[in-house]
Formats: sequence, structure tokens, C-alpha cells
Amino acid sequence: MKLFVPSDSAALALGANELTAAIAAEADRRHIDITLVRNGSRGMLWLEPMLEVSTPEGRIAYGPVETTDVVSLFDADFLHGGAHHLRLGFTEELDFLKKQERLTFARVGITDPLSLEDYLAHEGFVGLQQALSMPAAAIVQQVTDSGLRGRGGAAFPTGIKWQTVLKTQADQKYIVCNADEGDSGTFADRMLMEGDPFVLIEGMTIAALAVGATMGYLYVRSEYPHAIHILNKAIEIAREAGYLGRDIAGSGKTFELEVRKGAGAYVCGEETALLESLEGRRGIVRSKPPLPAITGLFGKPTVINNVISLASVPIIMARGAAFYKDYGMGRSRGTLPFQLAGNIKQGGLIEKAFGITLRELMFDFGGGSMTGRAIKAVQVGGPLGAYLPESQWDTPMDYEAYTALWAVLGHGGIVVHDDTANLSHLARYAMKFCAIESCGKCTPCRIGSTRGVEVLDKIINDQDKTAQLELLTDLCDTMLHGSMCAMGGMTPYPVLSALKHFPQDFGLTDTGAQHA
Amino acid sequence: MNLPCHNDPIAAIIASHQLIPGALLPILHAIQDELRFIPPEAIGPIASALNLSRAEVHGVISFYHYFLTSPPPAHQIHICCAEACQSMGSERLMQHAKSTGDFSVHPVYCLGLCANSPAMMIDDQLHARVTLDKFDRLTEMLGDQS
Repeated sequence: MKLFVPSDSAALALGANELTAAIAAEADRRHIDITLVRNGSRGMLWLEPMLEVSTPEGRIAYGPVETTDVVSLFDADFLHGGAHHLRLGFTEELDFLKKQERLTFARVGITDPLSLEDYLAHEGFVGLQQALSMPAAAIVQQVTDSGLRGRGGAAFPTGIKWQTVLKTQADQKYIVCNADEGDSGTFADRMLMEGDPFVLIEGMTIAALAVGATMGYLYVRSEYPHAIHILNKAIEIAREAGYLGRDIAGSGKTFELEVRKGAGAYVCGEETALLESLEGRRGIVRSKPPLPAITGLFGKPTVINNVISLASVPIIMARGAAFYKDYGMGRSRGTLPFQLAGNIKQGGLIEKAFGITLRELMFDFGGGSMTGRAIKAVQVGGPLGAYLPESQWDTPMDYEAYTALWAVLGHGGIVVHDDTANLSHLARYAMKFCAIESCGKCTPCRIGSTRGVEVLDKIINDQDKTAQLELLTDLCDTMLHGSMCAMGGMTPYPVLSALKHFPQDFGLTDTGAQHA
Repeated sequence: MNLPCHNDPIAAIIASHQLIPGALLPILHAIQDELRFIPPEAIGPIASALNLSRAEVHGVISFYHYFLTSPPPAHQIHICCAEACQSMGSERLMQHAKSTGDFSVHPVYCLGLCANSPAMMIDDQLHARVTLDKFDRLTEMLGDQS
């Protein structure tokens, strides 16, 4: 009898460990022999903890399961897929999963994250084997041809970045994985690290072969202790099996990997601040140029990529650039793991090709708001992304289409707000968050964010509104064009989009918002 | 080079970490893991081992929200106050937490549980879909343990 209970943080936060213990105890009491596998999450997060039982016809899901349901599940013979009010049906047939295109997340929720055997049985290390048979420049070419762009938000072509590192001569090069996933509404990095750590290790190893690096660091935020724990274990297992270390898969090539823990600074998600932090300093943004690809970690050429970018490389190497490029639209190729969050009935992870719309994600997948009220505004791309009103929900989700809306697709995080949300408060929060998290190096961000909170307070309290609106617009212009990085440079996105699309929340008529 | 000294955990941690590249954050983490905070007397030895000024070490400790410079209370509650949790009432949860009982409550900006908002952390334990009732239930258990 094989049972699956996720050990993803979201499942743990909803009692998955207590559930596992209760199932084990009840099985013991009934003298039933069971094997409990702790898998990653399938990403249907409103159903967590979601347990699955293995049957000859396929895995059957039950959820959300509380410890108090365990006895009745055994009574219903759930171990053979018996009927129960929590029975959801065959997992693979569930609408939310069936409609997805899972490439990067192909294994997440299916395998035991720390079973190398599972990983190998599900196409694991096929991409690495391919890469080992190719010259470095050919690996870079394949990644370039796939059209993969940085999934951390900036959408810079991954292959071009690698090419720069490859052609820069140095005695030492580094691969750095940016796993400082601090944006509200994003959890794809966390789910991947907890649910399929080997794919990230494989992706980083391929990157190392492509550019000639021998050392890699995974910089993971301190808020993700479970992911850190899983990654450390996975690295140990991969090293023992010869997939990391001095002789990768018998090739004679070396690659070492180490996890480094962040310390609660949002700005360290900015790549140069992250490098400063890795070097043991405050996370202060560096001026560019020089690019990290030329002068990066410890002054050496460095590939710094987001978790999802690196984890998408193995399938590109295994199935070919054309296979990956076949998904998507325009210049946005492949898939994006969208994260549906906030006030939503069915929140979770949806990996789909670029081109799907916000409306499809929120209603076809998400089932509307959690509260049952009308959805008012949607923030896409994290705290530095714009708020989108209903008139923009039918735009295909593609980097360029979003840029044309003066919005940001970013990391694919989607935070839904119902009609009780007040956008002037959310705009004020965006400025306040920037003031809390600014690294302090450049004035527009450090001072501008604090002034922004003050100006918004005056607008909210109806003090000298016309002049304050002009000041806010002016201030946002300075932050947009004068900040050193996206922290100050993009805080105006949520602020100005809120003002433009929801002027009534600022006590303005539609015409009053034209300042924005 | 300092020799490992088992009587002094700070010296032992410095000695075992000081040669790794970018050693400062790993040292600070190891000290906080061991002592639950970073005592002021750690700054001098760290600075001299890493050839930094005391100001540089202090600057790093004070920059990062995670590092504590005084012992934390027995239990710490972190409530996520980022956008996704705001959309599900984290502000109300925060007010409720501050008004009921004398817990040490701090905001945190994203625990990565955004589809199961609002989220919070009691010590190292994550909790999602936290209603006011659930908060009371969880913190009541906390009182029993301490």
C-alpha cells in the first residue's frame, strides 16, 4: 500500500506532518502495512494537505484532509480508492492539473524529492548526459535557441548571459542560483526546491559545463528553512552518487555546490546585492557595468540565474531547443509557472505556455475570489508589479504584451484582491515596503520611498490634493529613471497603476487621475 | 588563526568557518543558530578573524532583519503582511495578535504560502489559512508549553 502525503511547506503549514503521524498510527492500530512517501506538492494548494493512494489504475487523491478525517478514510477503504466525501478522483484527471503544460515542474508532486532512483526513473540527468557529450559552446547555443529568458522577472535571454561568461577568460568562474524568492505571490522557486531539488542541481551543473565554472552557490532566503534542508540533503545524495564533485558522472569534470542562507533582506533578490551578500557584506546594489557575467562573485565571471531558469535547462537539453521553443508566443518561449495567490478560491501553481490570459487563470483555474466577492484588482509580477483592472485581464501573458500595458509579467506571481481592497492603501504600502527594504545606496529609492509614503498620506487624508498628486507623479518619475535597480525603479508601477486605474480610491474622479 | 575552543562557542564557530569564501554571513548564522542571537562581544573576534573593522561587522548585522542582537523571547510570532496575505485579512490578524496576550509579534514579508493566506510562523512552525479562531487556538497551545 503506497500513500503520498506532501512535505511541501504549504502542506506542512496545514498540518501534513500531523496527518502523516495520524495515518501511520491508524494503520498500525489496524495492522495494515503501508508505505508513506513524502512527495512535493502537486500545486493544488487549496486542497492541501492532499493525500494520494497508489492503485493499479493510477493515483487517487483525497483532500483537503484533516487528522480528524483519518479514521473515516480507513473505514471507507481509501487505501483501495474507496468512496469518501474528500475523494477527488484520479489525480492526473483533475481539471486543474490536466489543463497544464508541465515541463519544468514535470516531476514535482509525483516523485519523492530525495529519491535519486525516482529522479532517474523520470528522465533525471538525461539533460546532463547530453551536455556531457557536447562542447561548451554547443550547450550555450542550445539554451539560446530554446528562447529561454530569465524567469526571475527581468526576462533577459539566458543563453546570451551564458555566452558572455563562456567567452570571458578567467581562472575561476561561478554559477550562482538566485533563490531569494521574496516577492509576495510567488512560491514557484520554493515548490521546486522542496519538490524536485535534483533538477536544480542538474541545471546548475549543465550551466557549469556550458561556461567552464567549477563552483556554484545556491543563495536561499532564510524564510525557507525547509527548502534549505531539502537542498542540502539532495546535494549530499548527488555528491555520493557521483553527480557532483570531482568527477561528474565519470566525465572527469568538476563541479561543487554549496547552499548559502540569506538573512531577511528583500533587496538581496537583486543580483548584484545578492553577490555582495554572498561575499559577506551588506546587500548593497552594485553599479553596472561591469556586468556580473564579466566581474561577478569575488570579481570573477559569474552566471547568476533564478531557480526556474536553471531548472528549465535540463528538459531543454534532454528534449532539444525546438521542443521547448514550440511552447509560448512571440518572444516569450516555453512555459511559465504561474502562481495564483491572494484572494482566490483555488490558488496554486499553474505551469502553462505564455499566452494564457489572467481571466483564464483566475476563473478557469482559480474559480474566482475566495470571498465570493467581485475581483477588483490583480497585482502581477510581485510587489514591484502593476495593479491590473478588469479591462486588462484578457491580454495574453507575454513579456512584451505586458510591457505594452505598462505592467510587468515578472516571475508570474498573481495576487488577487476583491472589491473590499482600497488601492490607495496598497499604493501607500508599495512605497512603505520600498522604504523598509531599500538598500540605501541611491537617493531616489532611499529618500523617494519615504517621501512617497508622506505624499500618499496627504492624498489619502485629502490635504492639498492637486499639488500632492503632482508631487507624487514627479517623485515617481525620479524613482523610475534615477534608481540604480528595480527596487526603487519599479515601485512606481504599483503606485501609478493604482492611481491610474482606480482613481476613485484616491478620492478622485476619472479626470482627476490624468495626472498619472 | 584562532584554535577551536570548546568552552567558547563563538571562538569555535569562527575557527571552523573563517577560511571559507565570504565567511561573514555563515559565521553570523552559526552563532545565531547556537545562541539564538548575536551577542555584542562576538563582533570583536569576528572582525579580527576576518580582517574587517568592527564597524563593518556591525554594519552587516544591523543591515539584515534576520540577525538579532539581543536574546529573543521564548516564543516569537511572525505574521506575513505582504500583499497576498493583506488580500485575505492579515491586517486584522495583526491587530488581533497585538491586542490579545503579550506575544512578541513581528511582521514578515512573505513566507511563500501566498495561495493559503494569511500565513504566519510561530517559532519555526509555519501555519496557513490562519483565521482569528485558529490564531487563538494555536497561541493557547503555546501558553501550555511555556
